[in-house]
Amino acid sequence: MALYSEKVMDHFRNPRNVGVIEDANGIGEVGNAKCGDIMKMYLKIEDDIVQDVKFETFGCGSAIASSSMATELIKGKPVSEAMKLTNKAVAEALDGLPAYKMHCSVLAEEAIQSALEDYQKRTGKTIE
Amino acid sequence: MKIYADNAATTKMSENAIHTMVSLLEDSWGNPSSLYAHGQLAKEVLEKARADVAAVIGASPDEILFTSGGSEADNQALRSAAELGKKKGKMHIISSAFEHHAILHTLERLKKEGFEVTLLDVHENGLILPEEVAAAIRDDTCLVTIMYANNEIGTIQPIREIGRICREKNVLFHTDAVQAVAHVPINVKEDNIDLLSASAHKFHGPKGVGFLYAKKGIKLTNLIEGGAQERGRRAGTENVPGIAAMAEALKETSSRMDENTAHLTKMRDKLISGLAEIPHSALNGDATHRLPSNVNFCFEGIEGESLLLLLDDKGIQASSGSACTSGSLDPSHVLLAIGRVHDVAHGSLRLSLGEDITEEQVDYIIKSVKDVVSYLRGFSPVWRDLMSGKGQFIL
Repeated sequence: MALYSEKVMDHFRNPRNVGVIEDANGIGEVGNAKCGDIMKMYLKIEDDIVQDVKFETFGCGSAIASSSMATELIKGKPVSEAMKLTNKAVAEALDGLPAYKMHCSVLAEEAIQSALEDYQKRTGKTIE
Repeated sequence: MKIYADNAATTKMSENAIHTMVSLLEDSWGNPSSLYAHGQLAKEVLEKARADVAAVIGASPDEILFTSGGSEADNQALRSAAELGKKKGKMHIISSAFEHHAILHTLERLKKEGFEVTLLDVHENGLILPEEVAAAIRDDTCLVTIMYANNEIGTIQPIREIGRICREKNVLFHTDAVQAVAHVPINVKEDNIDLLSASAHKFHGPKGVGFLYAKKGIKLTNLIEGGAQERGRRAGTENVPGIAAMAEALKETSSRMDENTAHLTKMRDKLISGLAEIPHSALNGDATHRLPSNVNFCFEGIEGESLLLLLDDKGIQASSGSACTSGSLDPSHVLLAIGRVHDVAHGSLRLSLGEDITEEQVDYIIKSVKDVVSYLRGFSPVWRDLMSGKGQFIL
């Protein structure tokens, strides 16, 4: 029995959307190094669609996999949908996380929320 | 390449130990307490093992008590010393901040029962100063318990000196020698040790077996009540095959100590210099007063669990003191005790080498760790902040 599902290991080994968006119009960072997890999300939103998303993560395997999966779930989606992304959806898409690692999926949800808030602040728009 | 570099967690059983165990399971499975020949044969095996174990550490056979492992031995040593102290109204115990949890949690329990505990500083290099032990001893001190070698950073304490101080001040001295037995020379008499714990699976013996050395005259308190086994100090039918296999492994590993130490020290130092080339990294614990098998580093800007998983993909099995590998939010208490801050302690890696490690394998480990650390730093927001000057490097 492995610690993580194959999906988690796949996203950990080959994380999707890794990196930085130089002209991002929504950036969110959550967590702290003291606790061992930091996630940073970069969003490029045009016409209310998440055109591009990238992430940087300092953390354990499930933190990296959760970030990767969260970016996959919102890429190309309307911002209103991205706003509704839950940690549960991230964990389910990864075929589950060990109970004591669920906070990693919460962090991914929070990172995206934080980037979307930043986008709203910058643009003065309100996501419905 | 497959490299097992987690020998501080457990070791592979030696072929001789396996053979000893299996043949006893097949042929000498009698109860050593039975009076007929089959039982008495098991009794002979048991007592031969006791004599062998005693000889390796310079003790007498009647000073060896077999246990289920290191944790039980630690628990019984502390409980016994506490009991003896309590009778004399001495309820102060001295230990260190980076002991194994078998010690620390037992001390927590004793605190609830009214004992006072002083935890000595282990300093940045992970070493205890004997003069600080001497200064901490009070009239009501009943026990000093200091581990022989640390399980995470491998630092070896000045045990003989600490033991001498305890003798002078007439205080019992226990050492958790789980990581040290069979790997560094130990003689309980010359090292002034009153109580010592050991575990078989750390020296190529089986799991679930260990021993407690208790100097003649020290009355032990039972943790397990029942029959009169182990001279009434530990009830339950003895695990004869496991105990005999432990004795076999102990003799075997100890007999190769000199050659093992020479080879491992060379490999360890090569590994340390290779990993030290990684920028913003640091060796944890003193470079020379350490187990020949132990290498422990912190790498800034990355987290230990992801490092371990990627090393595992490359065939390297190691461990880390990061919170994510401990199942708690705090990183290793050992790394915190030597003054590593949380941010850095999360990025730790322990490699504990086996005696059969080759130079080629060490080269492969160095290259793999370098690759993985640089890969993980490549998308770490912490590393980005450090590199851009937004954050301050600690290492």
